[in-house]
Amino acid sequence: MVLSKSWGSRSADVFIYFALTLIAFISLFPLWYTIALSFSDKAAVNAGRVFAWPVGFNLTSYKIILQDHKFFAAFIISVKRVLLGGAINFVLTVIMAYPLARDNKKFPGRTIYIWYLVFCMLFSGGLIPLYMTVTNLHLQNTLWSLVLPGAVPVFNVILIMNFFRNLPKELEEAAVVDGAGPLYTLLRIFIPVSMPALATVTLFSIVGHWNSFFDGLIYMNKPSMYPLQTYIQQLVVRIDPELMKTLTSEQLIELSKASDKTLNSAKLIVAMIPLLAIYPFLQKYFVHGIVLGSVKE
Amino acid sequence: MTSKKWLLSYHLMLLPGILLLIIFSTVPLFGTVIAFQDFIPGIPILKQTWSGLDNFKFMIQLPDSRQVFINTITIASMKMVLGIIIPITFALLLNEIRARSYKRIVQTIVYLPHFMSWVILSGILIAMLSIDGIVNQITHLFHAEPVMFLASNTYFRQIIVWSDVLKEFGFSAIVYLAALAGINPSLYEAAEIDGATRFGKLRHVTIPGIMPTIVLLSTLSLGNILNAGFDQVFNLYNPLVYSSGDIIDTYVYRMGLVDQQYGLATSVGLLKSVIAIILISISNKLADKFAGYRIF
Repeated sequence: MVLSKSWGSRSADVFIYFALTLIAFISLFPLWYTIALSFSDKAAVNAGRVFAWPVGFNLTSYKIILQDHKFFAAFIISVKRVLLGGAINFVLTVIMAYPLARDNKKFPGRTIYIWYLVFCMLFSGGLIPLYMTVTNLHLQNTLWSLVLPGAVPVFNVILIMNFFRNLPKELEEAAVVDGAGPLYTLLRIFIPVSMPALATVTLFSIVGHWNSFFDGLIYMNKPSMYPLQTYIQQLVVRIDPELMKTLTSEQLIELSKASDKTLNSAKLIVAMIPLLAIYPFLQKYFVHGIVLGSVKE
Repeated sequence: MTSKKWLLSYHLMLLPGILLLIIFSTVPLFGTVIAFQDFIPGIPILKQTWSGLDNFKFMIQLPDSRQVFINTITIASMKMVLGIIIPITFALLLNEIRARSYKRIVQTIVYLPHFMSWVILSGILIAMLSIDGIVNQITHLFHAEPVMFLASNTYFRQIIVWSDVLKEFGFSAIVYLAALAGINPSLYEAAEIDGATRFGKLRHVTIPGIMPTIVLLSTLSLGNILNAGFDQVFNLYNPLVYSSGDIIDTYVYRMGLVDQQYGLATSVGLLKSVIAIILISISNKLADKFAGYRIF
């Protein structure tokens, strides 16, 4: 059956396509503009001649970044942090979710553990007490200060626990009959069949590690130990508050004009490349992952 | 009955995670006692002088803290309202589209900003809003005077709220899109037979269909009324806009880790956590009542 649409409905279609295209344009434009700045000539940028297309196309900024040892050192620290932090998050998520997915009857202590997890999710000491704990353990200036405080992703543990609980009971029973132990059952049965769910939470924790800047700022005393986002925060984004208080607004305008927007934009783009690289995988899984959070028995 | 060996391995599997939680979640909880101390860094907590509620009294007297509280609630509630309306509108628009590839392209684009850090996005916004950035270039075409947007108390809150909308609306829409996909198609067919127009179907089938989701997410978002977004404000603000943009979390950071007033900063943080817990419990109760939602 072919429905002929009314005139009103068709003009509504035109409006909807127009509105959505505009929305998508607005979402993408900031990124696009930054790319255009990064490839533009410095003088053209400072003269305000760059809109949506590079003016005086050149690769100078990217060449400067390639030779910038500090930028690369920060990049490497971020990569290490992502690998270590992501691995710790993954391992702790599965080894905690697995026992907690047992029935209360099979694992009498389960309820106490669950309550403790919920308690930890709701109550936190806040910034200063956590900072003091980390410094008392002498973790500052080590990678551990960035990965250990958030080592247990409580929300993910509960998410994966719910996922494990919804798997067919026969899977595990068959393994037990064959004489498999708990670790073997987890590694050979639960993890393989839960790969999409585990990929979702792992990708999210990786993005979280890559994006966080604040812990690097407070726990690392030397700028040479900053992860990439902290490095960018300090060099590109931040204006020295003391300077801000003393300068007149004319001087601030001069300061803003003197900043190297081309190079800064290129740094932002390079810092985004790893994210853009995993974005297709993320997108494949996250819609599924969000729905999975609401699945309960 | 589970064998002893299996039970033991369950406990062993939980052990490392529980230990880490005790160290990094529960121990700091005890650390909040410094809110009741005249804390001096370098001396063990138990040897500090106790000061009762002095920190709290002092905090209430500070003129800054009232402004910070107002800023936090204003920014957070503006975000909350727009963070519901705009994703719903977007989801409803997208739901009207039948062309799958177009739909997928739009979704790919609007989800992306969610995954960008506030450091990066702030860097971009600072470039766009600076005195020679694109926004001033465009307003210049209409002969407007250039404005330092991020140094202006008139614009700062608007920038915070709308840039947050820009970053999150697409991702927040996913939940509504899932709810829209779950509406029974036969309801639409029945409405068509009854002669419903496109707008009629929207009003009588689509909106009621996603209403439970809207109610649920709105009530749950009440728990965030004191979270105005630390990462975002921290990366965009500066001393010139403290009066409109300084929020509780940035205030605690400056007071505690920059000015080293640990006791005072902790008391502000503690007050925030207590209010937040109350709000979260209320919003969860409401969500349970109106939408039958429970976390567990």
